[in-house]
Amino acid sequence: MDKLKFAFYWAASCGGCEIAVLDIDEKILNVVEKADIVFWPVALDTKYKDVEAFQDKYIDVCFFNGAIRTSEHEEMAHLLRAKSKTLVAFGACACFGGIPGLANVSDRDEIFDLVYRELPSVSNPDKTTPQLTYTAPEGELTLPQFFDTVKALHQVCDVDYFLPGCPPTPEMIEQAVTAIFEGTLPSKGSTLAPEKALCEECPLEIQEKKIPFIKRPYQVTPDGKRCLLEQGVICMGINTRAGCGARCIKANMPCRGCMGPTPEVADQGAKLVSAIASILGVEGEERMTEKEIEALIAQIKDPLGTFYRYTLPISLLRRKVIKK
Amino acid sequence: MYEPKIIGFLCNWCSYAAADLAGTSRIQYPSNMRAIRVMCSSRVDPEHVLRAFVNGADGVLIAGCHPGDCHYISGNYKTERKYVLLREMLEQFGIDPRRLRLEWCSSAEGGKFAQVVTEMTEELKTLGPIELGAGD
Repeated sequence: MDKLKFAFYWAASCGGCEIAVLDIDEKILNVVEKADIVFWPVALDTKYKDVEAFQDKYIDVCFFNGAIRTSEHEEMAHLLRAKSKTLVAFGACACFGGIPGLANVSDRDEIFDLVYRELPSVSNPDKTTPQLTYTAPEGELTLPQFFDTVKALHQVCDVDYFLPGCPPTPEMIEQAVTAIFEGTLPSKGSTLAPEKALCEECPLEIQEKKIPFIKRPYQVTPDGKRCLLEQGVICMGINTRAGCGARCIKANMPCRGCMGPTPEVADQGAKLVSAIASILGVEGEERMTEKEIEALIAQIKDPLGTFYRYTLPISLLRRKVIKK
Repeated sequence: MYEPKIIGFLCNWCSYAAADLAGTSRIQYPSNMRAIRVMCSSRVDPEHVLRAFVNGADGVLIAGCHPGDCHYISGNYKTERKYVLLREMLEQFGIDPRRLRLEWCSSAEGGKFAQVVTEMTEELKTLGPIELGAGD
């Protein structure tokens, strides 16, 4: 049997997903035994023109990590889609927009102003910002366009499978690769992770489903036994997909939602508003004045950034309103 | 003048009855609100509100029983906390918080209900059509 052809690509990402591939340790040897890697910018000296030269559907499986931030990312998404039999959105950024997606509370003009003009460490007397084209004596130079809005991979092209996580755990990657080799992948469009919520695999104990107050993680020393929400730390495990083995919680950090919402949830942030506000301050709620309720809710700093930490681009509203 | 669209989530036990009373009492109020009857104001998920905005509503009204009068004892306390948190999040999204309104109308308050809808319609007329997202 011919070896399978794999490709890896990174768009707007931190590089953590690339490391995650190597985190499967010596099992990587089984992978290269059964598959050739034909394109992998971080590790191989392959060029975009090499990919363009491939026949359509030449690549068997392409693992695409990172969000769509620039026109270069979008072009590569379309190109790799055309050249791949199976396209996998790899990691939270490709699946939901991820941390780069939080930039949807801003836009190109604001970001350029800050990064190229306003920061105290910037020296830019001409106030230049990146241009799409520049005519140099040697010829015309071009740069990709920086979009106002960050998108997830499936918002620009057809995606076959989603492998969420920041980054996906070695166990999840290994299971996915095994499914590819054995031909046991589920139906197209599936997320290669369990359907239940993280609470199902969380080792902590729920006692009363009430939150007396909200504190930030650094203000609380978790006791290691009781549900973090009940200890006043916002944990998103209640509507975040399981499959990570509750790693953050085992390290006394709350879930921040990198596995994305469970299948029933369309908008993770809205559902968290509902869930958190319902169980926060239940004790004595009948005596609470409007001012006290506002003070209670004000304990939640930056609800948008907290509740949509990884999923703003795929939320119902997708981004902040741009006033131009 | 712009005619805004308002989605009104009215609780079965108080506010829907208030709207009914406004009707049978022949109290005049603008026809900009489309009513959706829910069993309790706390049934209204923030996701419903966002969906209304995304589908073209200029404003969303949530109306329920007065605090202490909830048919399910404590539903409207939860509604109020959800509303306060959602309002804060809408501001972060750049949506004017006046587009979301929470009111208590008992089944005897047909007049108040008509007044709330009138006020909200006037306010949304001055705010104009809702703008979401945009950009490339």
